Amino acid sequence: MKTDELITALSMNVEPVNRRLVNRSVGIALAVGTAVAIGVTLVALGLRADLATPRAVIFLFLKLLFAIGTVGAASVYLARLARPGGERRVSSGLAALPFLAILLLAGVSLGQAPSSHWDKMVMGNDWLECLVSIPVIAVVPFAVVIWAVRRAAPTNLVHTGAFSGLVAGGISAVAYALHCTDDSLPFVALWYGGTIVLCTLAGAILGPRLLRW
Amino acid sequence: MTSPEKELKALMLASQDGDAAAHRVLLERLSRHLRAYYKGKLAKIGRGPTEAEDLVQEAVLAIHLQRHTYDQEEPLTPWVHAIARYKLIDFLRRNRASVADVPIDEAHEVTANDDHLGAESSFDVRRLLMHLPEKMRCAIEAVKLDGLSVAEAARRCRISESGVKVNIHRGLKALAALIAQRTQT
Repeated sequence: MKTDELITALSMNVEPVNRRLVNRSVGIALAVGTAVAIGVTLVALGLRADLATPRAVIFLFLKLLFAIGTVGAASVYLARLARPGGERRVSSGLAALPFLAILLLAGVSLGQAPSSHWDKMVMGNDWLECLVSIPVIAVVPFAVVIWAVRRAAPTNLVHTGAFSGLVAGGISAVAYALHCTDDSLPFVALWYGGTIVLCTLAGAILGPRLLRW
Repeated sequence: MTSPEKELKALMLASQDGDAAAHRVLLERLSRHLRAYYKGKLAKIGRGPTEAEDLVQEAVLAIHLQRHTYDQEEPLTPWVHAIARYKLIDFLRRNRASVADVPIDEAHEVTANDDHLGAESSFDVRRLLMHLPEKMRCAIEAVKLDGLSVAEAARRCRISESGVKVNIHRGLKALAALIAQRTQT
């Protein structure tokens, strides 16, 4: 076939395209992913019971701030990565900012506590539940995010996969925070931050397979 | 050399709004840039003009299918280059050629021109269409090859008008996947 023939065929009855489709798909994925993650958490694990105490409310707020900050920065970049050449407009440093902030706060918090408390502050009561829950809750948000990105055309599949995992892990952390009663900053930094990083790595590995077009 | 960026971008914006004439000119001009780009790259690993033309057509099809992903706040040339490069790397992987043998460099490269129209790609669209599901094949043949309107195609293929549009879009995507398989040598 001659290329001219192909171009003639493609130029017949050209439809206007929806320029907002990419951003809208990512937006829908965020909304659906968050709704499912919160639903799963509330049904399977339940809302934390001690929300009447100010300490619980403050820590819930801090965890949500960290998780929402992660999702916010990552999803802006994900919407760029979904488009050809979008990798040029992504700064991984900015996406890592919430992690640096929580690590810094965790360091300060450990520095102020006697070292005999460190073990309890870092490991909490239920680190295992956190380690398992965040990646598991992230599965559906990850699938929806991948669906959204597949409606566009990413050209750096490792980066795009990683940011898909980062967004999904962040959404999952938002949901899990509603249940989790381990209230210490080092715990949040290690177990929330660590599991979100795991989700990011999983996304980077799966990206080239799931996103090829 | 003056940069074609401005004209190409204006054509793309019109094409996104559904201007068929602008879309045609855009694809014609980009295909010349793509031909120069792929010929140059493939020559370095000893591949001929037919394979370069396969890639040109893959990239043209991708540009057509993905034109909704172009963000008008951004320049067009890097967007085209990203697609051209993605399809090149994909081709090299499929053919187990080493990516390292082909220097994959920067955006201004896709602005060189090659007007040589003699080369043909190795695939025949009508034959490839036979592999598609009936509705997709019918919609693409009617609208894209025989030049019928969407309403006429809907009557011929016995599906709704929106069905025709959906089937063309899905069909072209499926066709692009088939072409990618075929160019595996």
